[in-house]
Amino acid sequence: MSKTDKNEMSFVKKLVSNQLFIPIMALLLLAVINLINDPGFFKITLGTNNAGNPVLSGYLITILDYGSELGILAIGMTLVTAASGGQDISVGATIAIAGSAMLRVLCGGNSRPTEIQAPIIVAFLVACVVGMLCGAFNGMLVAIFKIQPMIATLILFTAGRSIAAWINNNELPIVPDPKFAYFGSFIPGIPIPTTVFIVIACVIVIAVVLKFTNLGLYTQAVGINENSSRLNGINPTFIKFLSFVILGICVAVAALIKVSRLSTINYSVIAKDIEMDAILAVALGGNALSGGKFNMWASILGAYVIQFLTTTLYKFNVSSDALAAYKAVVVILLVVFSAPTVRDYMAQLSKKFTNSKKEVA
Amino acid sequence: MDEKKVLEMKGIDKTFPNVRALRNVDFSLCEGEIHALMGENGAGKSTLIKVLTGVYTKDAGTITLKGKGEVQIHSPQDAQKLGISTVYQEITLCPNLTVAENMYIGRTEGALTNWKKINEAADKLLKSLEIPATATQQLSNCSIAVQQMVAIARAVDMDCKVLILDEPTSSLDEQEVEKLFGLMRDLKKRGVGIIFVTHFLDQVYEVCDKITVLRDGGLVGEYEIKDLPRVQLVAKMLGKELDDLSDIKGEGGTYEGKDKDEKIFEAKDLQSNAGIKPFDFYIKKGEVNGFTGLLGSGRSECVRAIFGADRVINGTVKMHGKSVKINKPLDAMKNGIAYLPEDRKKDGIIQDLSVRENIVMALQVLTGFFKPFSKAQQYAFADEYIKKLNIKTASADTPIKSLSGGNQQKVILARWLLMHPEYLILDEPTRGIDVGTKVDIQKLVLELAKEGMSVTFISSETDEMLRTCSRLVVMRDRKVVGELSGEDLTQNKIMSTIAGESKS
Repeated sequence: MSKTDKNEMSFVKKLVSNQLFIPIMALLLLAVINLINDPGFFKITLGTNNAGNPVLSGYLITILDYGSELGILAIGMTLVTAASGGQDISVGATIAIAGSAMLRVLCGGNSRPTEIQAPIIVAFLVACVVGMLCGAFNGMLVAIFKIQPMIATLILFTAGRSIAAWINNNELPIVPDPKFAYFGSFIPGIPIPTTVFIVIACVIVIAVVLKFTNLGLYTQAVGINENSSRLNGINPTFIKFLSFVILGICVAVAALIKVSRLSTINYSVIAKDIEMDAILAVALGGNALSGGKFNMWASILGAYVIQFLTTTLYKFNVSSDALAAYKAVVVILLVVFSAPTVRDYMAQLSKKFTNSKKEVA
Repeated sequence: MDEKKVLEMKGIDKTFPNVRALRNVDFSLCEGEIHALMGENGAGKSTLIKVLTGVYTKDAGTITLKGKGEVQIHSPQDAQKLGISTVYQEITLCPNLTVAENMYIGRTEGALTNWKKINEAADKLLKSLEIPATATQQLSNCSIAVQQMVAIARAVDMDCKVLILDEPTSSLDEQEVEKLFGLMRDLKKRGVGIIFVTHFLDQVYEVCDKITVLRDGGLVGEYEIKDLPRVQLVAKMLGKELDDLSDIKGEGGTYEGKDKDEKIFEAKDLQSNAGIKPFDFYIKKGEVNGFTGLLGSGRSECVRAIFGADRVINGTVKMHGKSVKINKPLDAMKNGIAYLPEDRKKDGIIQDLSVRENIVMALQVLTGFFKPFSKAQQYAFADEYIKKLNIKTASADTPIKSLSGGNQQKVILARWLLMHPEYLILDEPTRGIDVGTKVDIQKLVLELAKEGMSVTFISSETDEMLRTCSRLVVMRDRKVVGELSGEDLTQNKIMSTIAGESKS
């Protein structure tokens, strides 16, 4: 009896101490709230869209679809956070830049072209290069000039949207090719949002990279002790630089989705405040914002928790203006709950509880 | 309770998950006494201190203070209120505040603070303790020793009856240690009971009155200093009769391969940006040599230049007679050079990573970014060296920061041995670790050399160097001033070379 008790306890303890525990609990909590409010929340229906193609719809699909950009950004943000011990606040603005560059290539400087001027893949690759350049700029400031990440990225945060507007002469080109819209919606004949496949591809890529290279080990080592990593032959400057460049690629992919959703761009609104959600996703995943050890999957899960929350609030008819305030309250709860002091206290409490239970028995 | 006793701990028990850290330990301290608390790493010294200062709560036993009766200490604040103060190895003051601010921070009453009055009080106290600092000076401008003393002054001013000094001397040079001892003797005269935790045997015999020895969480005994000769103390700490510490040399013989005269590594006019003068250096296969000199004489800077840890600005380097370029640590590693840095915390361990990851780190980097070891391979490496070096850790997955200092050092040593270097540089590998591990490391060095590895060994303790090295490079003021080998390898000769007497 006592032995199984012990096993049970260590299992519970393992569960609670796992980094995935907080985001999973948050997801479950949100799910339960929605279940009580309206079980219809979980209904997924197969319908047809305007073009007559089969599409899945429902709140869960919305969450999966609209959480994609955040999930992808969380990958890069996790690496930047771990390596540099700081965050990149320019991702929203660089999405605007990369997206604008993509449009410029697709529309060739003409705001109302009759057909696209370059293949979509070329436009996407250009966006990747632009995103990587932005990342390289941030990375250079942080890794080589040792500027605090938040200050360094403040530059592009401030200037990014203006640069994006300048790339297209402040016009709002519209992509004429309906195929371009597939990335942000549905491919005809496939009822699952394309973004889901894009996220899966990104997750597979980063999983492979983490498995078959030492990126994870090096990044964590640099984040924990830079001196020591250097004396072990690691180049901390390069690792930090690399993390920003990887985030740049994530930005380009997110830009593809964002621009594709509208087939055009709105420089001042596109991906607004997304950097804060991306940072929050990393924090919700239980990763220290001061860098060091990280859990990629917890961050990505954290991104979907945020989207789940947003969708839930919409469901409760919270107006989009008030959304931020409601979100903040929930965020406070989540963050406090995941704080080490609170977790220690909870652990002690649960220990006391199990002890008293034993005494009774 | 005895009249003179200010503190008595009886039957203290403390259990952590998996470990019983203290078993029925008694400890007592008299007024005006300097009492050394000795034991190997993991013997329970720190745990006992932490129980006394309220960082941990004891599971059983009593703590009695003079005039207060039995007390319960639940937090460091409780301890401070009861007159128990602690000065730790790492200075826990704020370097960007002034001396006076540091002394009175958190102790001012009311919302308004009369800094003028406080500065005056601080100056008075500093003067009475003969601490060479002024109240308005910024703390970071003081030497480490003075900072340490300011921490003590702060403790003393809080009307402490029991002062705990936890390894206060490990980052001080000889003169600074002397100054600190002066202050300790002064406090002793004022009737403060001092608990002194250190790894330096010399210091214990210089300044202490009594010794309490702990081993594996249990009490070995309390001794008057005059009743316990050094060798016996070591034997008590280790729990076995140690023939003699100085016997390890020559035990196993030296490397006798055909290529024993080959110069593995040779540097000419080597200079880094760390402020050392250009120097020449070589090491032969299977040789153990060392850099000696006072703290700050440039010993570490020399080996850092060899490893490429600082930026090399001048000089040529040859490995096996062939010119090579070593500009960064990775270059040195590729050439088979390994370097165990002086500052374990700052340059050695990667705190939050596991013992396993810390062990494989160097070899992993050398193997390449795109060739990570499998988990199984990592465990195999880690387990091999945990066993080989007898590293005490709960598992290979334990974060290195939760190991004791000596075991952390062994992990770092394992990291470099795993790389199977031709040339191993050990910069103060024995600093701040217990006697048993020290001897282990010295023995290991000689064994490795016998198998043909070249080793450069640096230590602040000259006798340790004499025991292991066959050739010593002597440094003074960031310059190589001499080289000793064979007959010249004596304490006196080293001293006179360091002091520059032989020249005049």
